[in-house]
Amino acid sequence: MKVPEKSVRDATFEDLAMPLFDQLYNFARWLTQDTAEAEDLTQETYAKALRGFSSFQMGTNFRAWMYRILRNTFLTSRTGLRATVAIDEETDQALLPVESTTPESSLIEQASREMVQQALTDLPVPFREILLLCEVEEMSYQEIAETLGIPIGTVMSRLYRARKALRDLLRKKNDGVRHAV
Amino acid sequence: MQCEQWRDQLDRYADGELDPAQANALSAHLRGCAACAADALERVQLKRSVQMAGKRYTASAELRKRITNTVAAKPRRGAGWYWKILAVPALAVLVLSVAVNLYVGHEDARRQRVYSELADLHVAALAGSTPVDVVSTDRHTVKPWFQGKIPFTFNLPELQGSEFTLLGGRVTYLAQTPGAQLIYQVRKHEISVFIFQDRGEGAGLPEGFGHPQSFNVQTWTQNGLRYFVVGDVGAEDIRALSKLLRDAG
Repeated sequence: MKVPEKSVRDATFEDLAMPLFDQLYNFARWLTQDTAEAEDLTQETYAKALRGFSSFQMGTNFRAWMYRILRNTFLTSRTGLRATVAIDEETDQALLPVESTTPESSLIEQASREMVQQALTDLPVPFREILLLCEVEEMSYQEIAETLGIPIGTVMSRLYRARKALRDLLRKKNDGVRHAV
Repeated sequence: MQCEQWRDQLDRYADGELDPAQANALSAHLRGCAACAADALERVQLKRSVQMAGKRYTASAELRKRITNTVAAKPRRGAGWYWKILAVPALAVLVLSVAVNLYVGHEDARRQRVYSELADLHVAALAGSTPVDVVSTDRHTVKPWFQGKIPFTFNLPELQGSEFTLLGGRVTYLAQTPGAQLIYQVRKHEISVFIFQDRGEGAGLPEGFGHPQSFNVQTWTQNGLRYFVVGDVGAEDIRALSKLLRDAG
């Protein structure tokens, strides 16, 4: 969502920010895992963005800017500090060697929506957030890089790791279900 | 072996991040390679299931309204200087109004607390087996009875010609402060008049009228004493008795 300069100049903060409300709340709720905290986080994000709106760079990505504010606010909150365990990568391995993967479409097909939601909840925050930005918000790598403040190469490698971790969790859950039956 | 090179691109292909030439070349390969096609399918399915699972939470209408109110009708992007100039006084006004609201809220809470407590004292006295400790309709009997029991004196009105009758008095306490409670009657209804020194819990409350727990209360300060007139009678009777007391005080 690149906002052309002219329309930014003419638009009020409300015009730009309120259409993002539902998505931002959903993202906040996923990060915090708590309704009250998600509401506070969303509200604080809007308050901060409103205060900083005059410094928002025209022609840059407004959506990424909003998500960045939300995420930074979350990371400095108590829950955020607890949730973000440093992940050991950040070496810029854009293209990791592909393990001998057998297609697992049956795994994904069998995974119910609840199972995927539970797996997403169980993922560490850096993996959870990048998957949400990529799949739910349908952000480009460039937008994700802006939102998270990391290089595009890191976006790719982190996405790869996040998806792998998600598959592992789903496989574990799937096995658990099978054993239980 | 050739497939390795394609597989490296499958995520970017599914994410729509390949440039058109690369994407076309990969599409061509997928049409001819079942293994890579299945792999690509799995990645797309995973993306889709995360997308569906991720759209999970809906904000309350109340939150949306609250935030809309906060951001509504704010200056346009181009008007940045305008709100910077306004920001400092606006912030000062905001801080001040918040402080005033807090103070008013606090004062209001204190008044409600005092009123409720007095209403309770009124009900408790009437419900007890001895509503009054000094039983007399004569103010010249009642007033001296309080001497030495409370740390102040007060004047009581002459009731002749009014509808009010003095039933008696008792010592009472409001937040550990002793005071006088006088019970009057008007047309079978009892009214309590509380008199305290104007300090402690009841001090400094705004003078006026209140309705705690369906009672009417009038309060004022006079000669360093704080009066409360409490009863379930109409406001007119409370005002009339208050006036008599004021005139006597």
